[in-house]
Amino acid sequence: MTIRTFTISRRGLLLGGAAALVAANLPRGLMAQEPLKMAGIYTVPVEQQWVSRIHIAAEALKAAGTVDYSFTENVANTDYPRVMREYCEAGVKLIVGEIFGAEAEAREVCAEYPDVAFLLGSSFMPDAAANPNLSVFDNYIQDAAYLSGIVAGGMTKGNIGMVGGFPIPEVNRLMNAFMAGVREVKADAKFQVSFIGSWFDPPKAKETAFAMIDGGADLMYAERFGVSDAAKERGVLAIGNVIDTQGDYPETVVTSALWHFEPTLNAAVAAIQGGTFKADNYGTYSFMNAGGCSLAPLGTFEGKVPAEVMAKVAEKEAAIKDGSFTVAIDDTEPKSS
Amino acid sequence: MNAVVDILISASFWAAVIRIASPLILATMGELICERAGVLNLGIEGIMVIGAFAGWMAVYQGLPLWGGVAVAMAAGMLFGLLHSTLTVPFGLSQHVVGLGVTLLATSSASFAYRLMLPEVTSPPKIAPFQPLHVPGLSDLPWLGEALSQTALTWAAFAMAGLVAFMLYRTPLGLAVRAVGENPAAVEAQGLSVTGLRMGAVIAGSGLMAVGGAFLTLSAFSSFFFEMVNGRGWICIALVVFGAWRPGKAVLGAILFAAFDALQIRLQQTPLGAALPYQLFLALPFILSILALILMSRRAEVPAALMVPYNKGER
Repeated sequence: MTIRTFTISRRGLLLGGAAALVAANLPRGLMAQEPLKMAGIYTVPVEQQWVSRIHIAAEALKAAGTVDYSFTENVANTDYPRVMREYCEAGVKLIVGEIFGAEAEAREVCAEYPDVAFLLGSSFMPDAAANPNLSVFDNYIQDAAYLSGIVAGGMTKGNIGMVGGFPIPEVNRLMNAFMAGVREVKADAKFQVSFIGSWFDPPKAKETAFAMIDGGADLMYAERFGVSDAAKERGVLAIGNVIDTQGDYPETVVTSALWHFEPTLNAAVAAIQGGTFKADNYGTYSFMNAGGCSLAPLGTFEGKVPAEVMAKVAEKEAAIKDGSFTVAIDDTEPKSS
Repeated sequence: MNAVVDILISASFWAAVIRIASPLILATMGELICERAGVLNLGIEGIMVIGAFAGWMAVYQGLPLWGGVAVAMAAGMLFGLLHSTLTVPFGLSQHVVGLGVTLLATSSASFAYRLMLPEVTSPPKIAPFQPLHVPGLSDLPWLGEALSQTALTWAAFAMAGLVAFMLYRTPLGLAVRAVGENPAAVEAQGLSVTGLRMGAVIAGSGLMAVGGAFLTLSAFSSFFFEMVNGRGWICIALVVFGAWRPGKAVLGAILFAAFDALQIRLQQTPLGAALPYQLFLALPFILSILALILMSRRAEVPAALMVPYNKGER
């Protein structure tokens, strides 16, 4: 038996050192640009599912050295314009955030700072005439929601509970796509739909979920925090939304419809660096064919979902990706059936 | 109509009623003690937030669940001390101080949360109180399910009994009630008005904080900034509803919780598909306001409520 010893020669050290030096400078040389100054302004803590997706994408770009990212969370809607102005005055070049509750005021600020690019979550469309520097986005992840619905259809006996915050377009859209997916497999499935009138009341969401489980639901669509907890306590299944929650509920969460903000943010940053940023709707970057959403891996439920259901998921996923099938965008308020 | 009867006779409905009522009962008792002593405590909403945060954080850091309850109570008492210092010896406006305490406590909670957990993407969870198995009781057919509650819920109801006993059957309770009616008479008896009022506010704030902690330690397992969601204001109304009497206030809390549990379930009946959901969400409040009108006609407001006492002033 011989033992290879690793010795460092002077020449090797010099060569290696030179290579390391080149490698270290390579990315900087390739980018040839200062990190873009970027700020996130959020009305909720960065733990919130929806905002966490934006925060993670921004942190990733920061780690890659593309942006210089800072953020302010828990900003009241009435305070939102002030925080926007502060960042603009501080020389930030890109602001991301959500203005669902401060649409008019935030758009006024955008007009005041034409040199700053704004990428904001909004219920309305961009207006190139008034705000050429404002692009909007939303989590258009109906593709993934639809696929998660197919999985749910394969796992339920036919009674599904859905707890939502408020029936606004982005919530309705995903619920409707999910329901359409369920009906692919179980055409006669019954849905119990409730809105709790709050984004942040997990105890209330949990109570509402308990009521639905008492009412016969054997699978919960977990749009809010709290629903998965009720499902876990009563031993019924759940489907996650926006983030992958299976880690916390390995026994009950089958899969989740994931939102990826990276394509949206990367496109905006590239546009700014290329000097082509303009008023645009970035919603399509959340579509599945843009990589903006996906179905979470089955993980602990691998092999527990019927094979023909997973075949259907794969078939629809392929069809969505090649454009031969489009999930309908339906923003109407879903009702119990 | 049958659907409503079915809901009302189901054990799971009553289990939900008791669950929803528990934090309200704790916080309402806290507010009631303050108001019987003559101090309106509008800091309740924020004190519940700080209780929810402190209790949860203590358990997350490794304390046992009851240790978390104790920490929540201590945190609430600290804000009670602040409130009572400003309102009792200094005699400042109880409205302004109360709202100020609510703002301070709420933002302190989010500040402390971010300092202690700077880099989390999903709120951490703790192992909350589990439903208690009471020998004999838990095995009964219908009652067993309805009374499948956590130890903190049992503690909430026991606390209501304790507060009632304390207020009406002990000399201390008599003094607290008297200081809310006629502080000069209490002073004449050689008792300290300042001490009694401050003590009542501090103790009451401790109870409010435990009510908040119920949300993070029993009803749920993680802390969210806005999770108290107006429950504190409901408790203020419940004190008035209960005509400043513990027993009636508990009934009020149960009634409100029953309306709430009912509306959640009504949404899934054919009625739910026909009417907008906002109507159901508003139902507990509408019905409570109606009940408030009926109940408050014979209410006896503590005579010295919101009247600061200055020693020797005529």
